[in-house]
Amino acid sequence: MKTILTVNGKQHEVGHDSRRTLLDTLRDDLGLQGTKKGCDHGQCGACTVLLNGERVNSCLCLTAMHEGDEITTIEGIGSPERLSALQKAFVEKDGYQCGYCTPGQIMSATAMLKEISEGAPSYVSDDLGAPHLSDEEMAERMSGNLCRCSAYPLIREAIAMAAEVKK
Amino acid sequence: MRPFDYFRATATGDAAMASGQIIAGGTNLLDLMKIQVVNPETLVDITRIEGLSEIVCHGDGLRIGALVTNTALAHDTRVRAGWPLLSRAILAGASAQIRNKATTGGNLLQRTRCPYFYDTSQPCNKRTPGEGCAAQGGSGRMLAIFGTSEHCLAAHPSDMAVALTALQAEVEIRARKGDLRRIPIQQLYREPGDRPDRDTVLEAGDIITAVILPAPLIGSRQVYRKVRDRASYAFGLVSVAAAIEMEGDTIMRAHLSYGSVAPHPWTDDAVAEMLEGQAASDALFANVADALISEGAPHPDTEYKRTLLRRTFIATLRQLTVLADRSGTDIARTQA
Repeated sequence: MKTILTVNGKQHEVGHDSRRTLLDTLRDDLGLQGTKKGCDHGQCGACTVLLNGERVNSCLCLTAMHEGDEITTIEGIGSPERLSALQKAFVEKDGYQCGYCTPGQIMSATAMLKEISEGAPSYVSDDLGAPHLSDEEMAERMSGNLCRCSAYPLIREAIAMAAEVKK
Repeated sequence: MRPFDYFRATATGDAAMASGQIIAGGTNLLDLMKIQVVNPETLVDITRIEGLSEIVCHGDGLRIGALVTNTALAHDTRVRAGWPLLSRAILAGASAQIRNKATTGGNLLQRTRCPYFYDTSQPCNKRTPGEGCAAQGGSGRMLAIFGTSEHCLAAHPSDMAVALTALQAEVEIRARKGDLRRIPIQQLYREPGDRPDRDTVLEAGDIITAVILPAPLIGSRQVYRKVRDRASYAFGLVSVAAAIEMEGDTIMRAHLSYGSVAPHPWTDDAVAEMLEGQAASDALFANVADALISEGAPHPDTEYKRTLLRRTFIATLRQLTVLADRSGTDIARTQA
């Protein structure tokens, strides 16, 4: 079967088996290997991409279900020459050790900062009101992204730094 | 995954007529298909059906389309103001990535996370009726303590459904021929009995089209308290959903449901009756908690859940009444 997707602003028509996940389409058919396969079951967040602007686990998306959708991967938010604010901050703060979870962390944090700016509450937000970017809020909102090196404190510092830059 | 045919439905009638497995968010189903616990021959994608993704006013309540995402529902300003318990419960579940994809209908229909259901090398009556239950005599700290049968000890994992049960939501179901019916959410789920493979009363061709929230419990204090192995992104061990209406120190109405302790969101009418009309006190809560957990656990590994539920129940009621710090307690406000 065939599906038309827009990935990082460029339209692609991909031929695939009905079982193909968006993750495998991105990595194996489109060669965008920045998106990582960790658990392949939605538990680790390494495969996080933006689907029509919202973060999702691409391992839990069937390509066939995303005809016409817009996908943004880590390759779409910056380049080695022009890093995004979050990418710069992760380098600056050393927000990783092995780096495998990092693309997922950055994609997830990209969406998370937008969610906070739109006033989206989390489980730890007081009276479900306007949230602020505390350490507790970041930890809760980023809990879908595991880092087995446990670089969490530096990941949170990097996100806080990027959020300051954006202000 | 085993091979399957993919069919994209454009109307609820299409989806009902196709004899296949319905998929919406897919966050649980794809997981189960990957490990070959669920092996559909046809997958019916309902995500492009129009009219199922809206939250609209319905009398003094809300009608939530079956395809409304968990994120959209939890963030809705009307839900946050009038049914904060529901927002809290949804935000207590899964991760932001999963909530962006998971739907209202799919959340209700998600399968148990009993490890034996997921392990195809072990017998499981929920996977294959009559095969046996490896949880009996197996390892089982995530299992249910109420409403089980000798054939199945599995717990329902949803947080959202627990809040919807306390709030007395209804589920709108469209039958194959187009007839709509509405049932209280508690009647959606079946007791496992000797057919634990059938989680719900849905028949072939039935589709959940909406969830109906009744009018908000204005002025009630609401909390969803979930206890789990890690602080975030973990299934519950026990949870308590509670909305309490008080006059002074007296509990007028108590709307309660309990999660991760039964094959469906658990309720106990006797508990509410014991609380209503009484002044809040530690002695009252201790008595009522004892009544709530009076039955023995069906598996030795879940004995701890009785103690945990008792303590969580007491802590929740203390938080909602006059006895403890009330931070994290939300108040249902009058609608504008």
